[in-house]
Amino acid sequence: MAAPTMVTLTVNGEPVSRAVEPRLTLADFLRDALGLKGTHVGCEHGVCGACTLRLDGVMVRGCLTLAVQCEGAAVETIEGVTESGALKDLQEEFVARNALQCGYCTPGMLMSAAELLDRRPVPSRAEIREHLSGNYCRCTGYQSIVDAVETTARKRAGAGR
Amino acid sequence: MRLKPRAFEYIKATSLQDVFSVLDRHGDEAKILAGGQSLVPALNMRLAAPEIVVDVNAVEALRGIAVVGDSLRIGAMSRYVEIAASELVARHAPLIASAIPFIAHAAIRNRGTFGGSLCNADPASELPACALALRAVFNLAGSAGERAVAAEDFFLGTYTTALEPTEVLTSVDIPLAMDGTVSYFDEVARRRGDYAMAGLAACAERRGGTLADVRLVFFAVSDMPHLAAGAMAAADGQAVAGLDIEAVCAALGADFTPQEDLTTSAATKLQLMKVLTRRALTAFAGGEA
Repeated sequence: MAAPTMVTLTVNGEPVSRAVEPRLTLADFLRDALGLKGTHVGCEHGVCGACTLRLDGVMVRGCLTLAVQCEGAAVETIEGVTESGALKDLQEEFVARNALQCGYCTPGMLMSAAELLDRRPVPSRAEIREHLSGNYCRCTGYQSIVDAVETTARKRAGAGR
Repeated sequence: MRLKPRAFEYIKATSLQDVFSVLDRHGDEAKILAGGQSLVPALNMRLAAPEIVVDVNAVEALRGIAVVGDSLRIGAMSRYVEIAASELVARHAPLIASAIPFIAHAAIRNRGTFGGSLCNADPASELPACALALRAVFNLAGSAGERAVAAEDFFLGTYTTALEPTEVLTSVDIPLAMDGTVSYFDEVARRRGDYAMAGLAACAERRGGTLADVRLVFFAVSDMPHLAAGAMAAADGQAVAGLDIEAVCAALGADFTPQEDLTTSAATKLQLMKVLTRRALTAFAGGEA
């Protein structure tokens, strides 16, 4: 049995230090050690996208990253971007369009869409679909999710943001 | 607390020497962690249960994309997202640039690495086929020294390569594309980002209206990338005008039978190989590739 290793990182801007077993994934670390349950765990092998979060500003799978790898890293979760209001417009559009039903995929869907909106200010519907193809939703049929992302992009562009 | 992988010791390497010393001491018991997009799922499902995981993400010597002599050198730790954004790759190895969007999904491409894919040698993965089509040379290193291995000698079977347990892939050298080089990449999958049912990495030289040095490498049809020698010979030297594509397709099945998998029969795979071959050669003839 490998000894726990100290890891120090920032999570949603807050410095965090914990002793972790090397085999603990970042997603489970956030949920179980820090109580941040917004990062959902679905397939646990990188397919479903429910655990999508930001590691040093880049969208990654929380289930395919080890917590011990995150020494010195900056992690942002759905809790962080909700608190900062960075995705407020996108979240409101998800509500307005009924882009969620059970909500299990929603945190990952929002974190994934956020990266697309950062990279391409007004993506086409095909680009939205391609970008979100790694995030599974078993309820909505995706149309309303694509609608919400597209509408958010247009509103941001119209507002000069 | 939920812990899926079997317990292992984690070692963060910061130099190649660090990696060599771990591998020399632990050999097969150690697994190299690059992007982790194949290893960590295998750990989570306990398909892999190494004693030691050596993380090479901080090894600077494995990074970088540069022209070295008459080759493009891609560092093993180059992430897909970096390769997709690289002007050098787009100019000098357009086949690889066109393959990247087919690999999994954006979040996976943010982490997954060039060298990781090649060393994992999944029969359904895109980059081993590209490396074989492009006659890439694999630069391997260990405490005993360095050696260069040609792509055709690197892939030995499913998840099996010429890499020794004490070696690490440091970079890959790809001969620079020339003025007349044409390339084509495509795959057929059930859904975007899924494993391919069959795929093709192809390149050729178009010289004076003739196709030369045609390379057709199929993946997800066998235990490793399949260089379709008979079909390549049938295409080689043909004039672009009036290209006999069906003769090339007929040659595909003459010296090769695809391996069926859980969802796709050998006959279907051969059919898909022909479909992909028609698309590639039509593109080469039209000069759009």
